[in-house]
Amino acid sequence: MARKRYMQAINEALHEEMARDPKVILFGEDVELAIMGDARGLYEKFGRDRIRNTPICEATLTGMAVGAASAGYRVILHMMFSNFIYTGFDAIGNQMAKLRLMSGGQAVMPITVIAAYGGGGSNAAQHSDSGYPALVNLGGLNVVMPATPGDAKGLLKTAIRGSNPTFFLEAIGRGGEQGEVPDGEYTIPFGKATVAREGKDVTIIALGSMLKPAMAAAAKLEAAGIDAEVVDPRTIVPLDQDALVRSVRKTGRVVVVDEARDRCSVASHISAVLADEAFSALKAPIKRVTVPNVCMPYAPNAERGVIPNDERITQVATNLVRSKAA
Amino acid sequence: MPTTQSAPDAGQLLALYERMLLIRRMEERLKADNAAGKLPGAVHLYIGQEAIASAVCLQLKPTDWITSTHRGHGHFLAKGGDPNAMMAEIWAKRTGICKGMGGSMHVADYSKGILGANGIVGGGFAIATGAAFAAKLDKGDRVSVAFFGDGASNQGVFMECLNVSSLWELPMIFVCEHNQFSEFTPAATVTSGQIVDRARAFKIPTHVVDGNDALAVWDAASQAIARARRGEGPSFIEAHTYRIQGHLEAEDLMLGGQKYREKTDIEVWKTNQKDPLPRLAVKLVEGGHATEQKLAAINERVMAQVENAVKFAEESEPADPELPFELMFVGQKA
Repeated sequence: MARKRYMQAINEALHEEMARDPKVILFGEDVELAIMGDARGLYEKFGRDRIRNTPICEATLTGMAVGAASAGYRVILHMMFSNFIYTGFDAIGNQMAKLRLMSGGQAVMPITVIAAYGGGGSNAAQHSDSGYPALVNLGGLNVVMPATPGDAKGLLKTAIRGSNPTFFLEAIGRGGEQGEVPDGEYTIPFGKATVAREGKDVTIIALGSMLKPAMAAAAKLEAAGIDAEVVDPRTIVPLDQDALVRSVRKTGRVVVVDEARDRCSVASHISAVLADEAFSALKAPIKRVTVPNVCMPYAPNAERGVIPNDERITQVATNLVRSKAA
Repeated sequence: MPTTQSAPDAGQLLALYERMLLIRRMEERLKADNAAGKLPGAVHLYIGQEAIASAVCLQLKPTDWITSTHRGHGHFLAKGGDPNAMMAEIWAKRTGICKGMGGSMHVADYSKGILGANGIVGGGFAIATGAAFAAKLDKGDRVSVAFFGDGASNQGVFMECLNVSSLWELPMIFVCEHNQFSEFTPAATVTSGQIVDRARAFKIPTHVVDGNDALAVWDAASQAIARARRGEGPSFIEAHTYRIQGHLEAEDLMLGGQKYREKTDIEVWKTNQKDPLPRLAVKLVEGGHATEQKLAAINERVMAQVENAVKFAEESEPADPELPFELMFVGQKA
């Protein structure tokens, strides 16, 4: 184990996988200079055939990923900010997510799309979205949201080695944070949640960037005598429903924390699943802590006001546990 | 324009005629079976445009890539796709080339380089460009062809893919089948300037040909393919043709008595002077490559193939309704 930054862990995974398999290529806007940090050193090491700057044309890049993958390459498409997924959405929604079924299983598309999501940097609404609920709803895409450096490295390696299109979403505010990264070779399977903190009074399910405020909330709750369990699904598609249900059956209370807008968020989906699968164990209503149905504002104070934080999570969890109605 | 790289020999000419005729007869049968209510989904027929797909694809290798359009039966058959598997696909049977999961607008055979017909107008550009990029990285001589219509030329990805292909000298061939209609809208009312000028703006060599003259298409494609194989980059072919059938076969119902073209115009394109099949037949006979009897024998062979394909489709089991759950992902349940 060594402590490494989130972006450093992702960078290591890219270096290791490109060295391991010559069919892995990476392209996108400004990837040669590795402007987002995660691709640093790749161009110098692997050259222009395998690391290539593209024009700014996302609608083409997503389609090219489909074509190059169909022609035998393992494609990593770097899309910088997840908002740019919207400009490339046709080939994502109509080709990448669909062609495997439509071709009767002929299409095999080993594609990893990397994009940073979320707010907290005063990047305003066109660079701060958490648009993954749309991806989750398309059906044919895996969606991965690592919260820690260790998970980021292991999940990215699984994505690159896999045979399905996978969106690897970087929590933008987490890039500089440190965490334990195992030494040597390892991968993390999709569809396996992790319990970040064990507890018995309330379950906090935290997606990607929300793990940090959830853990901070758990510490505050502990000081107030409430023992929270924090569960990180790590991958949204596939989703480890069993692990979520197991935790909620144990605690009887649940708060789902998601940086997406509330309406049709992943938190909404998880809430629906839990209502179906764990209803009899619930001692209180399922609660969601999400971004309100607004776009991310630019002003830091306004932005802080909409992104879920430890205080909101603590408040909601406390109410759940203490509420007489519960 | 440069001179002919390789004119088709007698064998190629006959193969070209036979492939065009196979497409024509398959489409005619689909038209009839659609009218009889035998097909579950929409069909968009390629009648009148057969020379383009055939003259291009007969010069490609099985390892070369193509992407096609919603009007894709012709490209599928021209590139060597199996008529039985195509027919079964359109009939929604489990023996279909896509196991009944794609249908008419999505026939694909990856093993033959057919990356699929595509229901999104312009959907094939970037897929073909990605395959061309892969071919370039392979350092072999594979080429990639994007077939598209005048309608798709108004999609932004067309310009994006011209740019990338030219910039990276990809082995791409853009084949614009200008059939004069953007669905139900005459091309001139939605397309400014000449489509070929868009390719010229990216310094891509261009060919404008009579798309109903199979030999003219053959010549342009021959030059474009040779250039791509030499690693010199993309070419653009604008082949002028005419869509004899409607945008789709249920068109009259959708139009509800309205019209966007004159019946008399359509009739002109069905004449022996315009139709690509009689035009090639005349050349074959006049050139001494075939007799009328020989052409009649080809027709009989093709008709038997069509009958066989329909019989195969009719007798096949319906698609497996469990398949969508298996096929969304590789090795992972939906």
